[in-house]
Amino acid sequence: MGDFSFFLEVVVGGLLSGVMYTLVALGFVLIFKASGVFNFAQGAMVLFAALTFVGFLEYGLPMWAAFLASLAAMLALAVAIERTVLRPLIGQDHMILFMATIGLSIFLEGFAQLIWGTKVRGLDLGISDDPIFLGDILISKFDLSAAVMAAVLVVALSLFFSFTRVGRALRAVADDTQAAQVAGVPLGFIWAVVWGAAGFIALVAGLVWGARLGVQFALTLVALKALPVMILGGFNSIAGAIVAGLVIGVSEKLAEVYLGPFVGGGIENWFPYALAIAVLLIRPAGLFGAARIARI
Amino acid sequence: MTEQGPLLSINGIEVMYSRLALVLRGLTLTVPRGGIVALLGANGAGKTTTMKAVANLLRSERGEVTRGTIQYDGERIDRLDASDLARRGLSLVMEGRHCFPTLSVEDNLKVGAFSRRDGAVAESLELVYRYFPRLKDRRHQATGLLSGGEQQMCAIGRALMARPRMILLDEPSMGLAPLLVEEIFVIMKQLNAAEGMTFLLAEQNASVALRYATYGYLIESGRVVREGAAAALAADPEIRASYLGLDASAEADASAFSARRRPRWLS
Repeated sequence: MGDFSFFLEVVVGGLLSGVMYTLVALGFVLIFKASGVFNFAQGAMVLFAALTFVGFLEYGLPMWAAFLASLAAMLALAVAIERTVLRPLIGQDHMILFMATIGLSIFLEGFAQLIWGTKVRGLDLGISDDPIFLGDILISKFDLSAAVMAAVLVVALSLFFSFTRVGRALRAVADDTQAAQVAGVPLGFIWAVVWGAAGFIALVAGLVWGARLGVQFALTLVALKALPVMILGGFNSIAGAIVAGLVIGVSEKLAEVYLGPFVGGGIENWFPYALAIAVLLIRPAGLFGAARIARI
Repeated sequence: MTEQGPLLSINGIEVMYSRLALVLRGLTLTVPRGGIVALLGANGAGKTTTMKAVANLLRSERGEVTRGTIQYDGERIDRLDASDLARRGLSLVMEGRHCFPTLSVEDNLKVGAFSRRDGAVAESLELVYRYFPRLKDRRHQATGLLSGGEQQMCAIGRALMARPRMILLDEPSMGLAPLLVEEIFVIMKQLNAAEGMTFLLAEQNASVALRYATYGYLIESGRVVREGAAAALAADPEIRASYLGLDASAEADASAFSARRRPRWLS
């Protein structure tokens, strides 16, 4: 196998794992865009969703039914969060809302494990991890399926936000909350929709990451993988999350393969954060972040 | 529904921010059906706070109505959510326009129709484009790139999309060239005459506002200090001296008043 096809294989592997990062980052970006709040509980929502899905599977539900039931649970959770956490805090500082999401993450982690137990569970989505050959490039079938799922989700979400009445209202809220309220957009409803969408993303992320890592407490840590993605792409840009996820995925794999041997390997785990720090120094808003449209 | 009573009545409201800053101190005013009422006053007198109190926007700024009531069409509205008012036909055009900068003009307008369930949004869009042809030319542009006057038109157009019976217009002249200000006020007058819309207009620019309004209130430090028909207010020597920027030295009876006040308003 030539050098170039090996390079391609690394790049493709990076792109596929990058999609998984994008998936987690998207949940953060959605909520940040609509309410300016960094949702510390996104990782806990991933765990909650994955545990709920596995729990329903254990009750003997078929996979599609377990998926729908978990989705319903995540939507109900979004409405409950809006009613009990967000609504009483309207008009408060963003920092206070951020603190509330920390509390929420602690609650969700405890609540999920209280209902479904704390033991580590495997999750078999029925997708084999056999490699397939594309030309002479080796690709993991599972990674490919996860990437396709994530891509479908991203496309569906962008269509929803670009072309529906509710999506338009959501972009209006992101632009100017008060003006959107005055125009007749109920903030509580929009927040419930946003948190519901973030819950949907958490469910898909929980499935693909859970199948990879096992469904366990450590799933909350996949949220950490989203941090460099958001710093690189900008906290309020969906396009940024997509591009940055891919960039991070590819660059960490390339760094591991081509720079790793010089420093004894293990680059993959810290390279994204180093990249994020570099971006913070050069372009603090991220590649796509906070590009305000304004006349000067 | 009360057919006779005023469309909007504000009855002795007090508004406090953060539980300590009292901004409105027992403000009372009424707006009759089909009227154009001007709310005049200097910076900080409480015009915008009055508008936000009616539109229920105070809660998100840690303000609240601590006394008094606000009635719209015979019903108390001060306990509703801000987004409920659009459906009842009461729209606010906020000070500083507040368009959605990343949305196109047409999307801005469509958001204005969010609360409507009837399918006639396209007709309302045509109506807005008829009153503001410039918006039609620019409908696919991001609103943040429009000029100040066009953004004001977009903000008013967005309010129209909810098919309001009453529009609260907060400082529409702000930062606009005089000709544009006239253009906006002429359109307000047309909407009032042709569509029967009622206006409450908060303006620092008293001379323009009183030319188009039917009735006016002058507020200072959160209270109404003078009210009357627009023509009477415009002829009032004290108001001429303090708010219309006319030289009061020739108008003997107002000289003491103006000597005290002029430096504050007209520096």
